[in-house]
Amino acid sequence: MSELWKAGLAQLALHVESGDTSCREAVSAALARIEKLDPEIGAFVRLRADAALAEAGAADEARANKRARSRLHGLPIAVKDIFASREFETHCGSRILAGFRAPYDATVLRRLAEAGLVVVGSTNMDEFAMGSSTENSAFQVTHNPWDPARIPGGSSGGSAAAVAARMVPAALGTDTGGSIRQPAALCGVVGIKPTYGRVSRYGLVAFASSLDQVGPIARSCADAALLLGVLAGHDPRDATSYPQPAPNFVAALTGEVSGLRIGLPRGFFDGAGADPETMAAAREALSTLQGLGAKTVPVELPNSAHGIATYYLICTAEASSNLSRYDGVKYGFRAPAAATLDEMYERTRSEGFGAEVKRRILLGTYVLSAGYYDAYYRKAQQVRTLIRADFARAFESCDLVAMPTTPGPAWRIGERVDDPLAMYLADVYTVTANLAGLPGLSVPCGFTRAGLPVGLQLIGRPLDEVTVLRAGDAYQRHTDFHERVPQGVAR
Amino acid sequence: MAVNISRDTVLYIARLARLRLADAEVERMQRDLSAILGHVESLQAVDTEGIAPTTHVLEIATPLREDEIAGVLPVSEVVRNAPDHTDDAMVVPKVLE
Repeated sequence: MSELWKAGLAQLALHVESGDTSCREAVSAALARIEKLDPEIGAFVRLRADAALAEAGAADEARANKRARSRLHGLPIAVKDIFASREFETHCGSRILAGFRAPYDATVLRRLAEAGLVVVGSTNMDEFAMGSSTENSAFQVTHNPWDPARIPGGSSGGSAAAVAARMVPAALGTDTGGSIRQPAALCGVVGIKPTYGRVSRYGLVAFASSLDQVGPIARSCADAALLLGVLAGHDPRDATSYPQPAPNFVAALTGEVSGLRIGLPRGFFDGAGADPETMAAAREALSTLQGLGAKTVPVELPNSAHGIATYYLICTAEASSNLSRYDGVKYGFRAPAAATLDEMYERTRSEGFGAEVKRRILLGTYVLSAGYYDAYYRKAQQVRTLIRADFARAFESCDLVAMPTTPGPAWRIGERVDDPLAMYLADVYTVTANLAGLPGLSVPCGFTRAGLPVGLQLIGRPLDEVTVLRAGDAYQRHTDFHERVPQGVAR
Repeated sequence: MAVNISRDTVLYIARLARLRLADAEVERMQRDLSAILGHVESLQAVDTEGIAPTTHVLEIATPLREDEIAGVLPVSEVVRNAPDHTDDAMVVPKVLE
């Protein structure tokens, strides 16, 4: 079958089920796309071509014997370079994890394997998921398939670029302050950050433990729902995992949004410094949803104005603590020829971490240090309570909150590397869903005049991924932004 | 609001974080941390009197389980990743003379 790479995840499953193609062909097609396009895009840091082809062959055999593990058995997927695996190395975009191969598997990788998905490789990311452009990777720059001179967003930029360039139908990302939704928006694909606790964090390299969450990046909400069904559910190995079974996300996609109340937070569609074309595309998407029967209601999220400040205090504090484990003793890189243990720690960490990681460790150390804890860290946790309360109040009058995913489209590579605060402000619309622990989806909703993708963000009540996905899917049934292929990768 | 992080403060927290910074890095961090902390100063104006801090977004109780031995890794697997190790231990530079 020709042009197999154009098929999304569900479509690919149908092709395999009908006998139009095989899993081996589907995985070969993905590997061929990667070989052809990745030298320019730079989405992958590691491939497992032979193992992937062998698994796909085994999947074909299992399917022939009516022993398919799931509808997705034998289909290709990519994963962010952040999940512990016994079989392949995990570097998390950092030199300090050089050579690290975990002695155990992350729960999400185990779940992918149980459903029979075939991991073709690991994708590039900002070091320890700290960044909004994937430029903080210690290994390579990833280019946006819509304009290779621009960033793909981050930190899951490799995953978003790989899906946008049709190298794989779907990929896993992680989202601490927007790292699934922002690159999904900037690359014109779908990304969902589930409710905190919905997907296990066991085996996920920790950045900010009270905010980190794993989720799918795909071309459609239907595909994302299919994959979220594989990932979600209780895991006794993660004490913060939600103890109830996940609902059937795919069954919830009825295409029906009639009567759905969408809250529009005041000031979010015309913020200072926001790109007018991005705002216009988001507003237009809401008109489309209204045309399908959804109602819009005004809501207030006054404390979201403090989102970035709150987020960067909490995430850096947690990161400084989490990253203290990288000391050159247990795994990864160790600076050579240090005379004392203390010197070994300092030199290992100084040579092993990149500039942004050091910046966040220093900031986090500062806000947790004696005399500053109450003024910074505790204060931020209190404002976090106010941000959550704003959402709880908004959800008394609406079922979803909508806003643009980002203040503007993808920027040029290098444009913000010298201005960390400008980089942080790119997360202004996404961090609040993490702070409040809510599910957030980004769905492609248009393009700027320069041809850069724009995303609409839909945020739901705690544990209500179903409504978020249903609205996104209904929108995609009536729009084709997600079906457009970037010109540079169109053949 | 303008915040000025001194060179000594950067060196002090770098020491706490076990990071050794080159002179150019110290200057850069002074500038960046001052800018970022200047931005977060806006939080001080928020009235949080009597507001409980959020440490966990889902209100679930800490799960308890029986203390059972399970899934024990062989020692060789545990030390395999250490940059310097013997068959059953990780090796570090000498701590005591």
